[in-house]
Amino acid sequence: MSWFLRSKKNIEHSQQIDMPDGLFVKCPSCSEMIYRKQFEEQLFTCTKCDHHFRITSKEYIDILFDEGSFVETEISITSSDPLKFVDTKPYIDRLKDAYKRSDANDALTVGYGNIDGKPISFACMNFGFVGGSMGSVVGEKFYRAAKLAIKQNMPFVVIATSGGARMQEAALSLMQMAKTSAILSELAEHHLPYISIVTDPTTGGVSASFAMLGDIIMAEPKALIGFAGPRVVEQTIRKKLPEGFQRSEFLLEHGFLDMIVHRKNLHDTLSHVLSTLMEYRVQ
Amino acid sequence: MASNFVLEFEKPIVELENKIREMRNLPNITDLEPQIQELESHIEALRINIYASLTRWQRVQIARHPDRPYTLDYLNFTFTDFVELHGDRGFRDDPAIVGGIAKLNGKSVMVIGHQKGRDTKSNVYRNFGMPNPEGYRKAKRLMLLAEKFHIPIICLLDTPGAFPGIEAEERGQAQAIADNLLVMSGLKVPIIICIIGEGASGGALGIGIGNRILMLENSWYSVIAPESCSSILWRSWDFKEQAAEALKLTAPDLKEHGIIDRIIPEPIGGAHRVPLQIFETLRDVLTEELDQLQHIESRLLVKQRRDKFANMGVWTE
Repeated sequence: MSWFLRSKKNIEHSQQIDMPDGLFVKCPSCSEMIYRKQFEEQLFTCTKCDHHFRITSKEYIDILFDEGSFVETEISITSSDPLKFVDTKPYIDRLKDAYKRSDANDALTVGYGNIDGKPISFACMNFGFVGGSMGSVVGEKFYRAAKLAIKQNMPFVVIATSGGARMQEAALSLMQMAKTSAILSELAEHHLPYISIVTDPTTGGVSASFAMLGDIIMAEPKALIGFAGPRVVEQTIRKKLPEGFQRSEFLLEHGFLDMIVHRKNLHDTLSHVLSTLMEYRVQ
Repeated sequence: MASNFVLEFEKPIVELENKIREMRNLPNITDLEPQIQELESHIEALRINIYASLTRWQRVQIARHPDRPYTLDYLNFTFTDFVELHGDRGFRDDPAIVGGIAKLNGKSVMVIGHQKGRDTKSNVYRNFGMPNPEGYRKAKRLMLLAEKFHIPIICLLDTPGAFPGIEAEERGQAQAIADNLLVMSGLKVPIIICIIGEGASGGALGIGIGNRILMLENSWYSVIAPESCSSILWRSWDFKEQAAEALKLTAPDLKEHGIIDRIIPEPIGGAHRVPLQIFETLRDVLTEELDQLQHIESRLLVKQRRDKFANMGVWTE
């Protein structure tokens, strides 16, 4: 018989809070368990460490636009497989999977709506659709959204998140960098604001084209933004990368962003910037 | 310029050539002359045969041949009176991109191109033709200078990609390339692009927006190099041949998809085999292309260039 007797029972598994799916969300950055209702009120950011979760165009539209004012356009444009690209799996099958898994109809959603009563043309990338990669569809939708801005005298706002150009459309994807940049040079001649909001992650062909071309460039906190992905850079220099490399704060420090904006301030900041830039514009 | 570098698929040719050399060293060469002649015509037939049915990966290898003419070679032989202009006026001069004023058949042009090195020392100096942001910014400065004086621009593309290093990221590689795409889309002078070797992704496109896009027969142009494509999609470096096939990165492929306007034929065996011929061909082609563009009003030049890229892409609707 032991000298000491355990006065309390061991902690048993059954005593752990039994969480129904989706009532709490675990922060991947600080492991905080966030109550879903609070999480949604905080616009999908961590209540403890401000980690910005990746969200889709649907949520950004809810965050930015006056209720019910947003109209999605160009919904009938879909990707085809011009090169009959096959790697370990045919591109056409990857596309079918992507359409099944994502409720977006490609890596870019476009449309128009009002922010505090003022109309804007809008484009938002969906990282969930083939890694938010830019192929012909993304380029064409972007082009049409910019054209709409010119036609209707509206500012053009873009939310970027992308792994880069879509490899399965090869050179056609590469040319979308040129296509999107070319229409932005036309937009600039009309003195219409182009605002780029860069979110996690934005690399490759998208960062090296329209994401980095905003009259004003905003980014969400701690977003990965760069030309080459961190793994490629690491392989090139054969050294570990410094802490915070290619994050929003790093880009701000090096002069490539105008500002870092917390998601809950995004609507107000954008509204303020747009109304200021448009104030003296002669119609 | 000639090295002893031999491409794998050219080995049968080289073997026959060695055989002829051996025969020529024999004492009674006059008796062998008919045999030698027969072998020589056989070699020529073999070369024509090999070069008539190149795989995409083989073309990539020719585009990377260490003897292939680079931008400075064209500047010395296709053009005359070249004066190199250095620096981005902000940080440093990037030797991976060269540029300056020159004459093409007596007419002033601004020529800008990627520059690789020929040996280890010059390759280190040229960073293997992989530009840093200051290279793209130098290119932009020279283009704006050309526009100011109504000088047409010619860009020669030949890069394995923009440099993916820490400092390149710190100085804004993505921004530097993006800015060039925007600026080139609005320049009021004619721009002719010619891919002379490797056209790897944004690093090539960063000086690649033009009214006319030309491509040497054995160069390649795509969104990614076949090796990197293999490592990402197949998760192994071993599928570069398949990746090259899938990417459809050759001049005939790109012509078919409306990405380039014109293929410039190379001598059989590649541009490096008869460099003087390719220098001359390029001079003739560029002169002809420039003659057509120079009569177009600047406003229409900009419109034509923007429309050209607006029309690129394939989708269903």
